[in-house]
Order: sequence, then C-alpha cells, then structure tokens
Amino acid sequence: MNKLAEWQLTLPLALAFAAIFLAPLLMLVGVSFFSDDKITQPGFAQWVKFYGDPFSYKVIADTMLLGVKTVCATILVGYPLALVYLDAPPRLQKVLIFVIVMPLLLSVVVRTFAWIVVLGREGVVNQLLLSLGIISEPLRLLQTELGLVISLTQIEMPLMLLPLISVMSRLDPNLRDASAALGASRWRTLFTVIVPLSMPGLVAGCLLVFASSTTAFISQTVIGGVRLIYLPLLIWQQSLVVFNWPFAAVVSIALLISVLTVVSALSWLGRRSGGYVHG
Amino acid sequence: MGRRHSLGDLSYGLVIGTLAALALLIIVAPVVIVLSTSFTEGRSLKFPPTGFSLQWYEALFDPSKSRQIHRAVLNSLEVAAWSTAFGVLFGSLAALGLARSRNRLARVADGFFMSPLVLPGLTFGLAALMYFTLIGFRPSLNLIIAGHMIVTVPFILRTTAASLSQLDPALNDSSQSLGASWLYTLRRVTLPLIAPGIFAGAFLAFMASIDNVPVSLFLSTARTDMLPIRMWGMMESTLDPRIAAVSGVLITAAFLLMLVMEWTVGLTRRMRE
Repeated sequence: MNKLAEWQLTLPLALAFAAIFLAPLLMLVGVSFFSDDKITQPGFAQWVKFYGDPFSYKVIADTMLLGVKTVCATILVGYPLALVYLDAPPRLQKVLIFVIVMPLLLSVVVRTFAWIVVLGREGVVNQLLLSLGIISEPLRLLQTELGLVISLTQIEMPLMLLPLISVMSRLDPNLRDASAALGASRWRTLFTVIVPLSMPGLVAGCLLVFASSTTAFISQTVIGGVRLIYLPLLIWQQSLVVFNWPFAAVVSIALLISVLTVVSALSWLGRRSGGYVHG
Repeated sequence: MGRRHSLGDLSYGLVIGTLAALALLIIVAPVVIVLSTSFTEGRSLKFPPTGFSLQWYEALFDPSKSRQIHRAVLNSLEVAAWSTAFGVLFGSLAALGLARSRNRLARVADGFFMSPLVLPGLTFGLAALMYFTLIGFRPSLNLIIAGHMIVTVPFILRTTAASLSQLDPALNDSSQSLGASWLYTLRRVTLPLIAPGIFAGAFLAFMASIDNVPVSLFLSTARTDMLPIRMWGMMESTLDPRIAAVSGVLITAAFLLMLVMEWTVGLTRRMRE
C-alpha cells in the first residue's frame, strides 16, 4: 500500500472531528456575535456586555486563582508523597501506586460527594473539632473557597502525582548518592538536584491540575455553592437556566482563552526546563 | 559539620514525612468515610454512622423506587460502550495512518486530534449543544455518543501511537517482501502486536466516558439522563442518602477493577512508565 493510501486511514477520524468538533466550535464563535438571545440580530452586544462589566474580570480572576491555589496545594503535599514513593522499598511502592491510581477510576462526582460528608455541618471535621473542644459550634467549611481548595486537592492529586512519579523514577539514583557523598544535606540535594531534574514532570502535573480544577463544574457548584461564582457556573447559568446562548458563548470563549493561555505558558516553561536538564 | 547534617536530615524526614502522610490521609480518608456512612441506620449521612444497615442499598436496588438511577446507569454504560467502539475504530485507523508520516500536515493533524484533552470540556459541551440544536437534531443518546467519542478518542490515539512507535518496521517490510498483502500484514502482524496499546486506550476511554460531566451536562435531558448528572442532581438541593450507596457501589467497582487490571495487564507498572 503506498504512502497516499496509508494517509487516507486518518480520513474517518478527520471527517468526524470536522463535523462534530470543529464545526460546533466555529458555530459557538458565530453565535457569540449575535446581540439577542433568539439569535436573530448580529452584533457585538454580548461581547460588550461581558467585557464591559468589572464583575466579569473578577470571575475570570477568581477562576484562575482557584486553579493556582489548587496547583500549589497539590504540589505542597503531592511532591513530598512522590519523594517518599521514590525512597520506598518495592513492596511499599506497589501499595502506594495502588492508592494513588485508584481515585482516578473513581467518579469525580463520588470524590466530590465524599467531601460533603467530610466538610459538612455534621461532617467529620466538625464532629472531631467539637468533640475535642477546639470549637464550640460547627465551622462553615462547605461553600467556602478554603473547603473547595481542600476538596480539589484530593480530587486532582492523581493528575499531579502520576507525571511526577513517572519522571522521578527515571532519575539516576547515583546522582543523589553523589550529592550526599559530596557533603550536601538532604534539603540541598532536594532543591539543587531532584527538583530541577523532575521539572518536566512537575510542569506536566501543574498543567493537568490547573486545566482540570478551573473547569471542575460539579465540584465548584456542589462544594463552592452558588455564592462562589466561577466561569463554569456562569456558562451553565447563562446557557441552561437563563437561555442566553450568545452570552454563554462569550463566557465559554473567555474560559477557553484564559485556560489555554496558562496551559501554553506552562508547557513553554516545561520545554525550556526540559532543555535545561538535558542540555 | 556532621551534627548539622544529621539535624538537617532529621528536619527533612520530619517535614517530608508529615506532608506525605497528610497527602495519603487526604486521598484515602474521604473514600473510607463515604463507604462507612453508606451503611448507616440513620436518615442522614453523619459520621461516625449510627448502627449498621443496608437500607440505602436496598432503596438503591429497588427497581421501582430508583428507576431513574437505573435508567441513568444503563444510559451511561450504553454511551460508554458505543463511544469507545467508534473511538477504537476511528482512533486506531488514524494512528495507523499517522504512524509513518513525518511531515508537517501529520503533526498538525495529530495535534488537532489530541486537542480535546486540553480544551475546556464545558466549551465543547456548550458548542455541541448549540450545533446539534441549531441544525435541527432532537436530543438523543446518539448525540451524547458522538460527543463522548470526540473527548475520549485522544486516549486511544495516544496509546495506539505509542505501541506503533515501538513496532520494528522490519516486521512489516519482511511480511510484505514475503508476498503478504497490506491487509494480511495488518491483520496477522501489526494488529496483534499493537493490541495491548489499543486495549489500554479503550479502557481509559471507557472510564473517561462513564465519568464525563461537561459533555453530558449539556447534551443529556430528562429522558437521556446520565449517571454523573443524576448524581449531581442528588447532591444539589437536598442531599439524597442513596448517593452514599451509589458511591459505595462505584468505590467497590473501582477497587475490583484495579485488582483485575493489575493482575491482567499490570496497570500500575504501565502507569509508571
């Protein structure tokens, strides 16, 4: 079979993507340039309405900040866990990887629900603190950003740990031994040897966690409630509650652009750090 | 000098150990807590649960009381099966087509096919809703299958392409120089060798479809309800305790699935590589 014919094997998928991926996205952009929610009058009114309102910028900033906070929290506890995994004997490694991977097979909705039971008024955290006498009445943890970030940390953790562990396991163990033999403390070895070498995994993890937490509609609405407004909630309200499709289209383009900007900045960083390590 | 080091090493062990233990606690505790509250005797989901009963599981498995949930489970399974089947067909064909092209167009096409992974799912979900509605389709499972196929096919494409890149081109050439037709070579040489890659991708795609929220949120209706959306409804206004039983079933399923995958294909070993 010649080259041309082999290339044709991509045609079915290419046609499917053109018809049910590219065409819908182009239509989304088209719909955003209609001024009324009946989609009859072309115009820029919805763009002006969204970008002329200071509230929109607050929602965009809050959404991006939520992603950044989740990324920081997953690094803070996830990176040490990856280090422990690296030093663990093979048998323990097997158990750890099982524990880390299993949440991935568990529905995001179940993981979200688990945090309602943990953080609720009658939840585990409140019961524990009350019985220890640390607090006298239940704390409000649900419908706060703190509660949401804690929950997202668990929900997104596997996405940080898997790329980290896969990069770290390929590190030459001799490098750490050499660093120790030359007199570096473990902290110094961590920050001057392990962290720079694991940068590609760290960046990949940040990228996945950021993209996933900023668009985690169910976790955001169920744990964050309706008072914490992020872009996904706004898109849902405008499209399925208010039925203002052009405005929803404008908001979802804002989500698309802000997520893709951060993701491409991160992957550019990742390529640079990768070059630094190998070059 | 030596003393300062041991003190530094002690603090290293303490800080890293504590944070790692916290990570494990955060990962494991919620799952254990949900599982134990699902057996509560009470009418609400408190922890520690009062007594032991299977009342919420009985309510969940009752065909008349939980008809909507059963419907949603069946819909989710049907959509996952069909979208994975189409994904395997289109995705592995495309991977074969792209495997040996090194030109610009092939790289662009590859990036295009992988883009649903980074694109916010909600944006595509909303776009699909507008598109299907405006060109006159009525909501149906078929549309959800089409949407899921788009967002899950990258998994199949990636794992299949990875196995193809490890394939020795000499196998292909020798088969053809011995007179085998292209199709015969594909069937007897290439496919058996890349089958594990296709299977791994199909598994990931199936799981991603079962768990998909952004596409189902926009394309499903009361008649074409999907499990994650139904569960979201059960948590939104008043908490329906049957959701603890649904979670218990799904946790058990995930656990068993992990064990099976570990024994058959060595899932954790593959994920580390």
